[in-house]
Amino acid sequence: MDAQKETFMEEARELLVKLESALLELEVVPDDTDQIDRAFRALHTIKGSGAMFGFDDIAEFTHDIETVFELLRDRKIAVTGELVSLSLSVCDQIKVMLEAYIGGPPADKDEAERILMSFREMVPEQDIGIKQPEEAPEKLHPHEEDESLGAEVTYRISFRPDRDILKNGTNPIHLLNELRALGECDITAHMEETPLLKDYAQEACYIYWDIVLTTGRGLNAIKDVFIFVEDTSDIKINVVDDGQDVNVSVDTKRLGEILVDRGDVSNDKLQSMLKNQKRIGEILVEKDVVCGGKVEVALAEQKHVKRTHEKIWRAAQTASVRVPAERLDELVDLVGELVTVQARLTQKAVHENDPELTAIAEDVENLTGGLRDNTMSVRMIQIGITFTSFRRLVRDLSADLGKNIVLKTSGGETELDKTVIDRLNDPMVHIIRNCIDHGIEFPDVRIQSNKPEMGTIHLSAEHSGAHVLIKISDDGAGLDPVAIMEKAEKNNIISKEIELSEKEIAQLVFAPGFSTAKEVTDVSGRGVGLDVVKRNVEALRGSVDINSKKGEGTTITLRLPLTLAIIEGFLVEIGGDKYILPLSSVEECVELRKEDSDQIGDSNILNVRGEIIPYVRLRKSFESLGEPPELEHVVITDVNGDRVGFVVDNVIGSYQTVIKSLGRAMRQSEDVSGATILGDGTVALILNIDKLVKAA
Amino acid sequence: MTKTIMVVDDSSSVRQMMAFTLENAGYDVVEAEDGQDALKKLNSSPVNMIVTDLNMPNVNGFDLIRSIRSKPEYKYIPIVVLTTESHDEKKQESKEAGATGWITKPFKPDQLIGVINKVMPQ
Repeated sequence: MDAQKETFMEEARELLVKLESALLELEVVPDDTDQIDRAFRALHTIKGSGAMFGFDDIAEFTHDIETVFELLRDRKIAVTGELVSLSLSVCDQIKVMLEAYIGGPPADKDEAERILMSFREMVPEQDIGIKQPEEAPEKLHPHEEDESLGAEVTYRISFRPDRDILKNGTNPIHLLNELRALGECDITAHMEETPLLKDYAQEACYIYWDIVLTTGRGLNAIKDVFIFVEDTSDIKINVVDDGQDVNVSVDTKRLGEILVDRGDVSNDKLQSMLKNQKRIGEILVEKDVVCGGKVEVALAEQKHVKRTHEKIWRAAQTASVRVPAERLDELVDLVGELVTVQARLTQKAVHENDPELTAIAEDVENLTGGLRDNTMSVRMIQIGITFTSFRRLVRDLSADLGKNIVLKTSGGETELDKTVIDRLNDPMVHIIRNCIDHGIEFPDVRIQSNKPEMGTIHLSAEHSGAHVLIKISDDGAGLDPVAIMEKAEKNNIISKEIELSEKEIAQLVFAPGFSTAKEVTDVSGRGVGLDVVKRNVEALRGSVDINSKKGEGTTITLRLPLTLAIIEGFLVEIGGDKYILPLSSVEECVELRKEDSDQIGDSNILNVRGEIIPYVRLRKSFESLGEPPELEHVVITDVNGDRVGFVVDNVIGSYQTVIKSLGRAMRQSEDVSGATILGDGTVALILNIDKLVKAA
Repeated sequence: MTKTIMVVDDSSSVRQMMAFTLENAGYDVVEAEDGQDALKKLNSSPVNMIVTDLNMPNVNGFDLIRSIRSKPEYKYIPIVVLTTESHDEKKQESKEAGATGWITKPFKPDQLIGVINKVMPQ
């Protein structure tokens, strides 16, 4: 036990003696306020110091009792003999708890609980729980750099201290210096409100400040600076620029725009001033529309945003080398071959059982892995550029239709394979057109349904394992299940009797030959439906999902693989041939005994831990020769959210699969999506499980 | 110049802990065991900052702050209060009395230093 804890123990013993004597006095003179005070303070110190030095059980136990004594002190309840004797048992209990820390017998928890219960009974109903359990101590280390350095964000901070701030011993200069320590900081002091000497109060703070701060430390770091003055001072913190969307060029807001934005000047005034063709700042000050200080702040803000953008832009410029895309494709091909050769080497090494060869093979494996990852990352580009290119599309199309739509993007820094991004453009254009045309309502309709007049389309990208999720959502009308069902019936996509869930109904919009637009419009009615989108995305080994709530909007999610050239495969064997399933969809493998499968018969249904799972016999699908082995395996996969099993002869394991496209003759086959060359030189087909399930 | 901080608390263990932390951080420390003691010691030795508890015998924290603020030489001195509650009432009350900031008990030594640096940067 360290010295501080010992000091506390000593002190606590003294306090307990004081508490006891105060209680005994109270028994004689029940309304002696001095004694009540002494008892309360003793308990208060035991609680407060106990918590400081790690005597948490004591602090917790004392907490509720302190509440009762607070009520006593405030004369909400009166001292009774019962209360005194209970409090004396509190003393004894705390003593036991204290001694337990230096090797005494452990305190009786039930006894503590019993005392607390009796105390709670004494508290009048309405006062129960007036003291909430204490919150975790506030974060109060403005200087601690525990927050990771995020993206640089420019903030606009307006700090208007209370006139009396100096009387509380706060020095505003310290706060400004703290802000300076956070990042690049421009501070403008406003002194217009300082009165003439005759009205000047010496202790008052007449100055207020506008600060433009660019920092990566986040909003909380700024709020921490003002923690002691936030309730008395007028503090506004706004984000001016979050460093996003700077793909196009160094393009910053004009001074006038910033002033209008800040509410310092109205747009009309600005326009009339602009006619004079002088520097806008000068004119504004000259005409007394705003004071010089305000212009200075706006200029500082402009400078900050410009600098941040320039920084990002320059980083993007200097850090890149332009290379023709074909060279990259070649490189990827070569790396693919290398991975194949390396697999052969590894296999050979295992076969030869030569430790030296094995060591070399392992080294080659590591290097190839590194080379592969590196090459793949070279092909990765940020999706932000594609996002920005849709801005124009949204602007033009919404103007054509007389709708008011803004495009918001997030996750633009997410990287995807160049080929994927290139081939993603058309499907995305199609979906966005759909959002604008069918999703977002006309302004008058939106106002009627209590939505902001301005519709929003939000594009976002994020990583999810080996996939990237791209979401396109709008806050428009959403899908109308009834209209979709009617349409689907009319176009003979489904029959009338079928009962579908809302989700299944939504999926119908991807069915071939489906188009819900009441009339063909210039925007999306081109005879191509969302089925083309689905097909395109699936060709990229991705999937499409739609979520919609009527009246609230629609979200379409595209799930795409990070790269097209190499996948993690799962190697299996059927009738002596090797096949590959995408590892990302494999969930588990179970065994299938011959007698079990005979028993099940042709129903092709498996019971796995009580769950019914349908399966596909790949032997049957591929008409493999020979007898199936006694013990077959079922690879259970996730196909569009359903668990489906594939029966194979043998499971080999995971395998780095370099995808080779199939020759023209094989391209018709929907069951396989590609092929790969195994270490021993044989070819394995990559199965398209989606299509296999549909065919079965 | 070494700055002097006065710590006022009726709990000797808390006083000792604060004095130890502050002395390690390079401050001189004056200890006082309640408001009365603090006012007496303030007259004899000048200090640059005060950290005080609120619940104390004789002269409590609120009254101590008010008396300090009424002295011309301590009108603008930073005063930090220790409170066991994260309730706003106590903070509000102490601010009205003239406190600069607060620390919620229990606190760790570096939290104390953090707040000291905030109201009185070195």
